[in-house]
Amino acid sequence: MSKTYYDPADLRKFGKITEWNEELGNKFFDYYGKVFEEGALTAREKSLIALAVSHTEQCPYCIESYTKDGLQRGITKEEMMEAVHVGAAIKSGATLVHGVQMMNKVNKLEM
Amino acid sequence: MKKSLLARNNDLANTQRQLEILSNGMFADGELPTFAKKIKETNQFPLRPKKLEILQINLGYMCNQVCAHCHVDAGPDRKEIMTVETMQQCLDVIKKTGAHTLDLTGGAPEMNPNFRWFVEEASKAGIKDFIVRSNLTIIRANKKYYDLPEFFKKHNVHVVSSMPHWTRGKTDKQRGDGVFDKSIKALQMLNEVGYGKEGSNLKLDLVYNPSGAFLPGDQMALENDFKKALKEDFNIDFHQLFAITNLPISRFLDYLIASENYEDYMYALVEAYNPLAVENVMCTNTLSVSWDGNLYDCDFNQMLNLKVASKVKHISEYNEELLQNRNIIINQHCYGCTAGAGSSCQGVVA
Ligand code: SF4
Ligand code: SF4
Repeated sequence: MSKTYYDPADLRKFGKITEWNEELGNKFFDYYGKVFEEGALTAREKSLIALAVSHTEQCPYCIESYTKDGLQRGITKEEMMEAVHVGAAIKSGATLVHGVQMMNKVNKLEM
Repeated sequence: MKKSLLARNNDLANTQRQLEILSNGMFADGELPTFAKKIKETNQFPLRPKKLEILQINLGYMCNQVCAHCHVDAGPDRKEIMTVETMQQCLDVIKKTGAHTLDLTGGAPEMNPNFRWFVEEASKAGIKDFIVRSNLTIIRANKKYYDLPEFFKKHNVHVVSSMPHWTRGKTDKQRGDGVFDKSIKALQMLNEVGYGKEGSNLKLDLVYNPSGAFLPGDQMALENDFKKALKEDFNIDFHQLFAITNLPISRFLDYLIASENYEDYMYALVEAYNPLAVENVMCTNTLSVSWDGNLYDCDFNQMLNLKVASKVKHISEYNEELLQNRNIIINQHCYGCTAGAGSSCQGVVA
């Protein structure tokens, strides 16, 4: 196999992280499980948020997981792409809004 | 028009080939545990039948559709249909078993020229739940089928219909162009005669299969989404939604292999294995009869040509006691019935 940093088969091994630190690993998975339970937000809404965030985090494992999760829930590809755009808009907005900081600094430093 | 695997001379039309792939194929390294080993761990081996409750009869493999995922490999080019003689043998058995549910399937069962005669005769037998699995589009395929909703109503048939999604794109991709619009029209026709309405005893249920290499999500959540969308967009009502996992056989197996999803899908099934579902898989209370009268543990085993492990192999030799005494034939495809909440022809089982 060619050497790359990411191997799709590693996703299946995610649960194994508890083997080297059971307590913290279990705490994480308990928390993770709770977060995704139906709450004030529906599990469907949470799935779309997770999909958007997995793109802004650029995590290939999460992208794969939440794409599959969305399909399982009957979420359409149009809904998924819209969620990705929401993530992208926030990400570019967050970049651009720092432009104000740059402008402030320029204004302060320049005569 | 797409064709069945059989008409395409596809390797997988040979059930032996399918079984080879399932049992050795790409998992020859032994990484994937056998289903038998899995159920041995929880002392559920050998899988044994409980009391017979459901008689499922396949009236033929002929169908007006050629869905991409079809585990029957049905289509317009399939000519196998049940004869009146075999139907009569089934009727004799229906009268003497204690089965409370009769489940007619295909192909499109309505395409069998003796379908109506059979329904009329069978409905006299006083079965509690008389199911016809209709693909919906057949109701719109030809004028001679337009009165099917009335006919179903007359015999108080429980209609169970396939509907992959509430959007046109997803439905047509899995089942063929134009299927969505025809299905919607057929559902509206069923609603018009009283099917699917709240409180109505004319039962209309939908079956959902994932349109690809993934498992079905939560059945209840999907039912709610289907109900909301179909009501808002088309004023359609139905009772329940059954979410059914696609089993890795026939055309779905072909798709899995061609799209290089086979290995991942099998892993996903094994990972989602749920021992609680084993108790209630449909083979434990169902007997499946093929178009030519042979007996199988389930519709899936029928399509893999795995006849019941009993001296009695044909409906004409039916003997409840001997059949009760058999072991159910299992193989790797059974992982499909026991993944997650489990599924069978009646939706989730655990
Ligand atoms: S899935 Fe049903 S409707 Fe589609 S081809 Fe098979 S039998 Fe016909
Ligand atoms: S495929 Fe499902 S229903 Fe058929 S024998 Fe296997 S577990 Fe039973």
